[in-house]
Amino acid sequence: MSASIDFLLGPAWPWVRVLLFLGGTAAFAGLNAAYLVWCERKIAAYVQRRPGPMEVGPQGLIQPIADAVKLLCKQLLTPPAVDTILYRIAPVAMIIPALMCFVVLPYGDALMPTRIDLGLLVVFAFSAINVISLMLAGWSSNNKYAIISSARVVSQNVAYEIPMLLTIVTLILVTGTTELGTIVGQQGGWFWNWNILRGIWTLANPLVPVSFLIFFICMLAETNRAPFDLAEAESELVAGSFTEYSSMGFGLFFMAEYVNIVVGCSLATVLFLGGWHTGLGNLLDFLPAWASALVGLGAFFVKLYALIFVVMWIRWTFPRTQFYGLLNLSWKILIPVALFTLLLSSVLVKLPNLF
Amino acid sequence: MGYFSEIYHGAKSLVIGMRISLDQFLKNFRGDYNTPYPHKTLPIPERYRGHIIFTNDEAGKSLCIACKSCEKACPSDCIFVDGLKKEGEKKKSATQFDLDFTKCSLCGACVEICPTDALTFSKRYNLASTSKVVYAKIDLIKDLENRMQKK
Amino acid sequence: MLLLNKQEALARVASHNVGGPNETFVLNLGPQHPATHGVLRLKLTMDGEFIRKAECVVGYIHRMHEKMGENRTCAQFLPNTSRLDYLSAMQYTHAWCGAVERATKLEVPQRAEYIRVVTSELNRIASHLVGWGAWVMDLGGLTPILYAFDDREKILDLLEGICGARLTFCYYRFGGVVNDIDDAFIQGTKAFVPYMRERLKMYRAFVTDNVILRKRLEGIGIIDQDMCRRYGACGPVIRGSGIANDTRKTEPYSVYQDFDFEIPVYDQCDSMARYLVRMDEMEQSLRIIEQALAKLPEGPFINPKVPKFLKVPAGDTTYATEAGRGRFMVRLVTDGTDTPYRVKLRTPCLANLSLAEEVCEGMMLADAIAFLGSLDLVIPDIDR
Repeated sequence: MSASIDFLLGPAWPWVRVLLFLGGTAAFAGLNAAYLVWCERKIAAYVQRRPGPMEVGPQGLIQPIADAVKLLCKQLLTPPAVDTILYRIAPVAMIIPALMCFVVLPYGDALMPTRIDLGLLVVFAFSAINVISLMLAGWSSNNKYAIISSARVVSQNVAYEIPMLLTIVTLILVTGTTELGTIVGQQGGWFWNWNILRGIWTLANPLVPVSFLIFFICMLAETNRAPFDLAEAESELVAGSFTEYSSMGFGLFFMAEYVNIVVGCSLATVLFLGGWHTGLGNLLDFLPAWASALVGLGAFFVKLYALIFVVMWIRWTFPRTQFYGLLNLSWKILIPVALFTLLLSSVLVKLPNLF
Repeated sequence: MGYFSEIYHGAKSLVIGMRISLDQFLKNFRGDYNTPYPHKTLPIPERYRGHIIFTNDEAGKSLCIACKSCEKACPSDCIFVDGLKKEGEKKKSATQFDLDFTKCSLCGACVEICPTDALTFSKRYNLASTSKVVYAKIDLIKDLENRMQKK
Repeated sequence: MLLLNKQEALARVASHNVGGPNETFVLNLGPQHPATHGVLRLKLTMDGEFIRKAECVVGYIHRMHEKMGENRTCAQFLPNTSRLDYLSAMQYTHAWCGAVERATKLEVPQRAEYIRVVTSELNRIASHLVGWGAWVMDLGGLTPILYAFDDREKILDLLEGICGARLTFCYYRFGGVVNDIDDAFIQGTKAFVPYMRERLKMYRAFVTDNVILRKRLEGIGIIDQDMCRRYGACGPVIRGSGIANDTRKTEPYSVYQDFDFEIPVYDQCDSMARYLVRMDEMEQSLRIIEQALAKLPEGPFINPKVPKFLKVPAGDTTYATEAGRGRFMVRLVTDGTDTPYRVKLRTPCLANLSLAEEVCEGMMLADAIAFLGSLDLVIPDIDR
């Protein structure tokens, strides 16, 4: 018995680690997709002054499982006029890149699946694929509503990639690296070391909170969340790109949307809010390693779910923007401001070298 | 300059909106405003219009004299009355009073026109059934008998 | 702002269409659609995101109310009036009762008139709340409709306390109302007025001032005064285009001349103007209710001499009221028998909808949805 544990923890450890991370990621993504739906429904209900799901289980906690079982039991219908291969690829092409982004996201000192030097770029590369999959879904459905919706999605996502990447470049000027684990490592100590505040007092970039705001808005647009959810404008286009999908095809799109939100908010936490650092300096240094890892994970989750709460809160407060309003916001407001912060940051970073 | 003031006022309106919805969110945590129907029900007002039922006198009999005014007054032809004058009574009484509730529009014409105030609205609102016949032919005479027996 | 006016949009659409009519496709905003507020079918010939031609197909809920008017006595037609525009049921019943009272020269006691005004104005607020909530829901804001329905529940509870029904009130009769209002109603309504004022302030901060909503509505769906005149539009549609026409002021009926209230008029002619007209109308309705409850006279609630079977003499009478959506007119042609010869119901929504075919040309789909919401249509009102 102990021989096999020695084997697992010794020579076979890399493989065991891979399996654990795979299982953990799948479990985390699945649980989040299911229970974020519950959170969304409860938050929506409380904002709208009603109780939300209450019947299925205490406070409706078993509701997502009931919904999943319902989706599984539905007929997996492929309408006759669709493009057979693309129709089936689209939901899969949406969930796979979303899950792949978890490869580089660090949840703790020891909880990083891998350290890739260009970790940040990996995340953006994968999240760009969801545009293609939405387009495929709309196109292959052979449905007018779906085509209108996918046309809107493409211009929206392209327009909002640009300010997001500009703010990331601004941040990289401050951090000097794109490796996510190192970025979080630089934010240790007290909470004013977090990137969102560090730029201000080190004078490397006093407009970092603005950058964070721009990043957050772009993240809302990339994941097609309200007020930028033209793609699935329920009251105009029935269900947009997903009109022709039933059962698990629809379920995969739904899951992918929530996984994208988790990835986006995790990225925001890692880049701007200090990742797993509690921000309490060396107050908690007395804890043993396993306890401080747990505390770090807890701090990460607190920040992550606070951001997700804000994402959901925004959805239930505002109406939808019009298409040209959305593009105007991106091209006329976000990009100029992002460019300005980039210029300012680059000037200020190089300034000490001149003296 | 208008560019910046537009951004500022726009952002301010968004923040105010978010504060209001957060306000409502927190209010819902502190108190429950909703009645969790069907676990709890709200009281039915006095003048609520359920389907019509017979009123009764002290002896527990209906006051209907089968004059057919309600049948004539109904806009939807949902009442059928038949009656005859029994031995030893001064006026006719109803032998059959059927209400077709699937056509009734709850206007109250029958209740108002009845010369003896024999009809009134019930308070029944939980009317789900698996067969149409239950509400296509509501027998008011039998319903009065059932209610008197329950007492 | 990329806001094409109609000429530019049509020119751009025409310039795309070099290949001929094959470049457009027909989108059916079909009878079953979350945003058409009832069973309205819109056949949109679209070029990408722009509408080239809009065709309204109505008649999916035609229930032949006018024919029913010919086969029923005047008293038996009362439930029908509540079902035409179910959101302004009191005002439509008011028009019918007013027409019959005018034809038979029946007098209505002052207390009954005041009760009718109070209930009609409460119904107007409830109707505007639904129109507003559903419109903002079409635009994507899924929360305000629930706040609106919360307020509407209070109104419906008040009205249920006096007449027993929540939507299809059959509360008015010829010569007055069915039964008197009780103390609970008066106290409840007096408490409701300041509560509703606070809520209207909250709606202003939450929705009206919101920059996203403003960008969605400003400049969309311009209806100029000439177009209003050509199509016979009425209600908030023309009051948002600068024409100060409200039946309560131009053809005063009942006791509206005793009250001091204003007609909100805006002259920007766009959807935002119509939105603001409706919000201000709710405020003015609250003023009327306050004044009516303060001056409520004592007396009978129905004319004591009204006969059980009212015979309407031969003649031709009209009566118009200001319903939530515009001017509702009843024309009653009787020939001395107990059923009328012809009942003509001139409803506001049909004239308002007919504008849409002209205005929607060259618009984008989402703007067309916002514009349709600004007309505040209730389809059973169109089809009768």
